[in-house]
Amino acid sequence: MSSALLECAGLDKRFGGVLALAEVGFSIRRGEIYGLIGPNGAGKTTLFNTLTGIYPCDAGGFTFAGAPLAGLRPDQIAARGIARTFQNIRLFGNLSALDNVMIGRHVRTRAGVFGAMLRTRATLEEELQIERRALELLGYVGIAARANDVSRQLPYGDQRRLEIARALATEPQLLALDEPAAGMNATETLELKKLLQRVRADGTTILLIEHDMKLVMGLCDRVLVLDYGRRIAEGPPREVQRDPRVIEAYLGAA
Amino acid sequence: MRNMNLFSNPRAKWLGVALIAIALIGLPFALASAGTAWVRIANLAILFVFLSLGLNIVVGFAGLLDLGYIAFYAVGAYAYALLASPHFALHLPFWVILPIGALVACLFGVLLGAPTLKLRGDYLAIVTLGFGEIVRIFLNNLSQPVNITNGPQGISRIDPFSFGSFSFSRSETLLGIAFSGPIKYYYILLALLLLAIVVNLRLQHSRIGRAWEAIREDETAARAMGINTTRIKLLAFAMGASFGGIAGGMFAAIQGFISPESFVLVESVMVLSMVVLGGMGNIWGVVLGAVLLSFVPELLRYTVEPLQKSLFGRSIVEPEVIRMLLFGLALVLMMLYRPAGLLPSAVRKRELAKPDEGAAA
Repeated sequence: MSSALLECAGLDKRFGGVLALAEVGFSIRRGEIYGLIGPNGAGKTTLFNTLTGIYPCDAGGFTFAGAPLAGLRPDQIAARGIARTFQNIRLFGNLSALDNVMIGRHVRTRAGVFGAMLRTRATLEEELQIERRALELLGYVGIAARANDVSRQLPYGDQRRLEIARALATEPQLLALDEPAAGMNATETLELKKLLQRVRADGTTILLIEHDMKLVMGLCDRVLVLDYGRRIAEGPPREVQRDPRVIEAYLGAA
Repeated sequence: MRNMNLFSNPRAKWLGVALIAIALIGLPFALASAGTAWVRIANLAILFVFLSLGLNIVVGFAGLLDLGYIAFYAVGAYAYALLASPHFALHLPFWVILPIGALVACLFGVLLGAPTLKLRGDYLAIVTLGFGEIVRIFLNNLSQPVNITNGPQGISRIDPFSFGSFSFSRSETLLGIAFSGPIKYYYILLALLLLAIVVNLRLQHSRIGRAWEAIREDETAARAMGINTTRIKLLAFAMGASFGGIAGGMFAAIQGFISPESFVLVESVMVLSMVVLGGMGNIWGVVLGAVLLSFVPELLRYTVEPLQKSLFGRSIVEPEVIRMLLFGLALVLMMLYRPAGLLPSAVRKRELAKPDEGAAA
């Protein structure tokens, strides 16, 4: 395994008097699929939101590919190479699937107002590339046939896939997925698993929040368990599964 | 393209374009036969289309409600008036001033945009409304201690457009056809308008246009996708304002006189109505809305009185009252039957449709 891609140390996040994250620390290696689990309210999504710059953190912070992320805006973090999906799908619902993915290309393209008004050769070429890449990505996640459909009207599983395609369009080094299998049936979950394995094989590191334990156990190299904002265990899924503190957090003390 | 499938046959398309072109070229002469006043009305209509296109960038594309848009029109008009009138004894040519006016208005756009970026919806609307009034009040009062705007008296004897000795305000006979001043203006305004439409279409289908759409749809998701929402929103304000500035300059030149009274709140509301009536976000819809709302009130002005006189022998309801009544009626009918406008953009139509009409799950 190569070096750490994302490191997190001493991370605190407070909402008023509530300590949502307390001294959380972990590190994700390049090329791994890293799971983040914990009971509802454990702080998983809060961790995602501080990672992607939506919330500022109160102490500690992240180092991504060697550079600190503190104080960066969400768009700057996306530019650094972290892309995410949302727990409650946040597509651009009234736009077509293709447009959604094309918007994902924004951060890796350059055309400005004048390029657009004058339709310079560079702009036209870039537009073609954006569209070609977006179509490729739709094919990659398996919904190429849906390119021109309104994203809000896609079946649920396809919306999840589209969100992944949109995130991949930003060329992330780290893909952060917030419950991608939520609401999926067994077949869809299996396909998702294959997709994520392919994404990893193609060189993208994955951080995964998921409640579907079968998926987590079958997919993740290592898992971090949070409970009430604290780290209670970390390690390969098999070990974590047997950890008495994890069992207690999920099932309550005997 | 979506709304163009009527013209899917290329030959029919070119025929359509040719017919529209002929109609637009012939229009001023047809109007002139009913009186030069109608040509002037057509010119003002073009200015309003221009304004609506500019406001459409802010409201239709980026989804930022702006109730003070007329301020940019004012800024452009005053920029033109101050640089081409005896007031400061400056007489720059129009093709120099129009870009300056666009630039100054653009600057004001950023000035308005920068502090209001965090606001959305109603709050943004109220601040922009205030901004529009502030600009007007400044124009009204900037006559002391140094006389810049000449206060409520306004600025008069503004230079018309001219190329050397070819002035757009004089009548002229070319190739045996008499061109009155307003007719000459009509052609140059039409040319500028076509340019503006092309620019708008191109902007809409560009990387920037998509970023505007993304912000309108879901700002948080847009940011997570790497869109610098601050910059992109400022860009919308700046672009919209530039269009307003150019329209303002043309207005000053055509009228030859401007005063703060031309830039009151009702004008902002009017332009917004044009955008909403036509169909926010759809360039052709906006054009239609602006043309309708420019011409219909004038038609009423010329028909309501004579109609009443011939029917009842005297005038019972004033045209102005009828106009407002019809406005109200149109508003209610629109809300009931075409909430997304006469020619809605496909995306807007979906936004205003029932939230989960088609979502499978």
